Amino acid sequence: MKLTLHVWRQKNANSPGQFETYETPDDINPDMSFLEMLDVVNQQIILDGGEPITFDHDCREGICGACGMVVNGEPHGPQRAATTCQLHMRRFRDGEELWIEPWRASGFPVIKDLMVDRTAFDRIVAAGGYISVRTGSAPDANEIPIGKEKADRAMDAAACIGCGACVAACPNASAMLFTAAKVRHLNMLPQGQPEKDRRTMRMVAQMDAEGFGGCTNHLECEAACPKEISTDFIAEMNRDFVKAMVRARQVVAKPD
Amino acid sequence: MATLDGKCPTEGPIEKRWEKHRFDMKLVNPANKRKYKVLMVGTGLAGASAAATMAELGYDVTCFCYQDSPRRAHSIAAQGGINAAKNYQNDGDSVYRLFYDTVKGGDYRSREANVHRLAEISVNIIDQAAAQGVPFAREYGGLLANRSFGGAQVSRTFYARGQTGQQLLLGAYSALERQIDTGKVEMKTRHEMMELIVVDGRARGIVTRNLITGQIEAHLGDCVVLATGGYGNVFYLSTNAMGCNATAAWRAHRKGAYFANPCYTQIHPTCIPVKGNYQSKLTLMSESLRNDGRVWVPKHEEDTDKPAREIAEEDRDYYLERRYPAFGNLVPRDVASRAAKQVCDEGRGVGPTGLGVYLDFADAIERLGKKSVEDRYGNLFDMYQHITDDNPYEVPMRIFPAVHYTMGGLWVDYNLMSNLEGLFVLGEANFSDHGANRLGASALMQGLADGYFVAPYTVGNYLARVQPMSATNDISKDSPEVKAARKEVKGKVKRLLEIEGKKTVDDFHRDLGKLCWEYCGMARNEKGLEKAIGAIGELREEFWENVRVPGSNESVNPELEKASRVSDFLELGELMCRDALERRESCGGHFREESATAEGEAKRDDENFAHAAAWEWTGENATPVRHVEPLEFEYVKLSQRSYK
Repeated sequence: MKLTLHVWRQKNANSPGQFETYETPDDINPDMSFLEMLDVVNQQIILDGGEPITFDHDCREGICGACGMVVNGEPHGPQRAATTCQLHMRRFRDGEELWIEPWRASGFPVIKDLMVDRTAFDRIVAAGGYISVRTGSAPDANEIPIGKEKADRAMDAAACIGCGACVAACPNASAMLFTAAKVRHLNMLPQGQPEKDRRTMRMVAQMDAEGFGGCTNHLECEAACPKEISTDFIAEMNRDFVKAMVRARQVVAKPD
Repeated sequence: MATLDGKCPTEGPIEKRWEKHRFDMKLVNPANKRKYKVLMVGTGLAGASAAATMAELGYDVTCFCYQDSPRRAHSIAAQGGINAAKNYQNDGDSVYRLFYDTVKGGDYRSREANVHRLAEISVNIIDQAAAQGVPFAREYGGLLANRSFGGAQVSRTFYARGQTGQQLLLGAYSALERQIDTGKVEMKTRHEMMELIVVDGRARGIVTRNLITGQIEAHLGDCVVLATGGYGNVFYLSTNAMGCNATAAWRAHRKGAYFANPCYTQIHPTCIPVKGNYQSKLTLMSESLRNDGRVWVPKHEEDTDKPAREIAEEDRDYYLERRYPAFGNLVPRDVASRAAKQVCDEGRGVGPTGLGVYLDFADAIERLGKKSVEDRYGNLFDMYQHITDDNPYEVPMRIFPAVHYTMGGLWVDYNLMSNLEGLFVLGEANFSDHGANRLGASALMQGLADGYFVAPYTVGNYLARVQPMSATNDISKDSPEVKAARKEVKGKVKRLLEIEGKKTVDDFHRDLGKLCWEYCGMARNEKGLEKAIGAIGELREEFWENVRVPGSNESVNPELEKASRVSDFLELGELMCRDALERRESCGGHFREESATAEGEAKRDDENFAHAAAWEWTGENATPVRHVEPLEFEYVKLSQRSYK
């Protein structure tokens, strides 16, 4: 098969970008992954003396969260529950035209072409996405029983790969789904209780400080998420946040 | 040739040696710890856990990774699980049994003292991870679940669905981010280590390239810790991430660190077969699938083109169950991979290329029900279907071995320090714990053991003996060694960009991979290895004359990054073949055709090869020198491994 690609090219964060059009070779194999198709196009660009299209990618098996681009308006392309590296060319038709863009969000400035800066996510985690347990200070693992349903649900939240598709899909470029997945994974476990309020407040504050928008319930994030993280976690985080705020006020209001 | 000393403690019973060693080690005064600068390269399980732990202790840590976030290191992709001798299942497991299994599984080519320490620490890792909130699989009563994994006859593997590596790494990453937040760790993402700085025989710094700006800068400290993973990508196609590379380890090797057992590479039996020339990487299907899936090929060559479901039961050869009745489908990785190669060599392989065998879940679905199979393997089945467009609930999976892990790596002593003072090597990047073959669910265990529980002590023991740089100011960015290292990196980058040849980096990498796979893959022989050594040398020469690296240094340039890594693989690949050539025995992942039993099983030669080989760099295009570290076995009885 053969396709026409309109690819966003942008030299760096400070220069304007534009779409450039490339014709793929005509032997694109339906079994290729989308990124392998781009590899083939890039090899041609290099031999023609040009600069290849830059994009983030690493594990190419849908778990590292490095890859991500908007294909025809959809983060990670048309396949549900898959990252761009798991998208295969058999999902497209011969002769199709594709528009390929980077994540677009003020929290994710473009570095080059399709590569964006997602370090904001790390800073949100640094603000409280952990349980403070010094190496060596843990009790025996079976001393903290956790019901299977609860453990499974924590795992559902923890499955987030931090790719940023939720932000790219959201009309407000909100990072609520990412933050909620991180917050709720730890908040619902017994180990996460002592720092629950502090964690929730600090992570939400950092999320706001990074310039991500608010959530207005479009649910586009859930549809775009390659790990199908549920927006229920957003509601739960909002509840945790309100409770934490109330408790914080009570602490402040208490006389010595 | 010199004989190396692993500095393993030898006094007292083996169960007490690590404890005694820990007591004997020097401590750094708590108030002085912040004066020591630790340079940590890599943020996988070993790097992230070591950086976090050393920062908790009070050291001043700077941490580097090439990814955009420390959370993306390739440990994230480990699927199956992590071993620990908890004996929660009451099935007779113990520290001693895990130790014994690991030494045996490694085909008696690892150090007893190291492996025993690993088995002891395994239990602490599970405690640590559970306390961090790692959502391990649990039973209805709330206690941790286990499964049997990859050749073990006890259930000692802990797991988090098929994403155990991801969850353990996110645990270590969260600990690391906590320290970044407190300011104890300075994190430098999108920085690649390009050179090691050695001053007066001590590792004192590294040169990095900033992958956004191209800036080449030196970072100095009191010690350098490499946790930079394995070199599987020398084969081009492997289950490693695209960016995994050996540059940090290789540059250290060129600066004097010995490289041990490079020929020990693990070819994992259950991967999705290669489809076409465009293929960029191979995908592992977790070994846990072999717990319930049955491996088979048609008995007759003429049936290989028939749809699997049309081949009658009596025309199928469940070759692992037939050859190894005691272990069946759960034989260790090296044995399973070789058996797959043999049936494909006989012309009985399946799929379009004939390089594939079936992994069939029909019996498991009948026995357990589709729902149970989905609960256990759902995400793996989905992943398989994404890639192949086949539904494994209905047709058997097709699998084939692929390069997955490298047991070889930089030589280290019991303290995880290389022969270069102040250079520590952790996780897959070192060589010491898995011998010639790594057992399933042991990589995560080793990475975290090194990072959480070994290096923080042993690095401290080293630092206690040296004056901190912050007090002595003995080196600076203007020191001659530092300037020379930066100049070397700049020179290399400039040279790569100026060649402007006609072949792309990927062309060379693919050619190198083919040579390594063909001659230094699942089976090796003298003639082939000699041929490969010559051919790799020629390929390297051609690379430096004809590679095309577009763009410039001063911007994001993934082709330049790849070119630099491939130039190192072109040297490492040759050493790998050389090591395989000199090791004239079969052991673990290293199968020499000249050293086999009449039944085609691997034959070890303990008389001549019960040692680790550690190679010393002697210059470009010069023959490296092979040193040996004899391996002594006090506790484990050497025997020919048998899974029959």
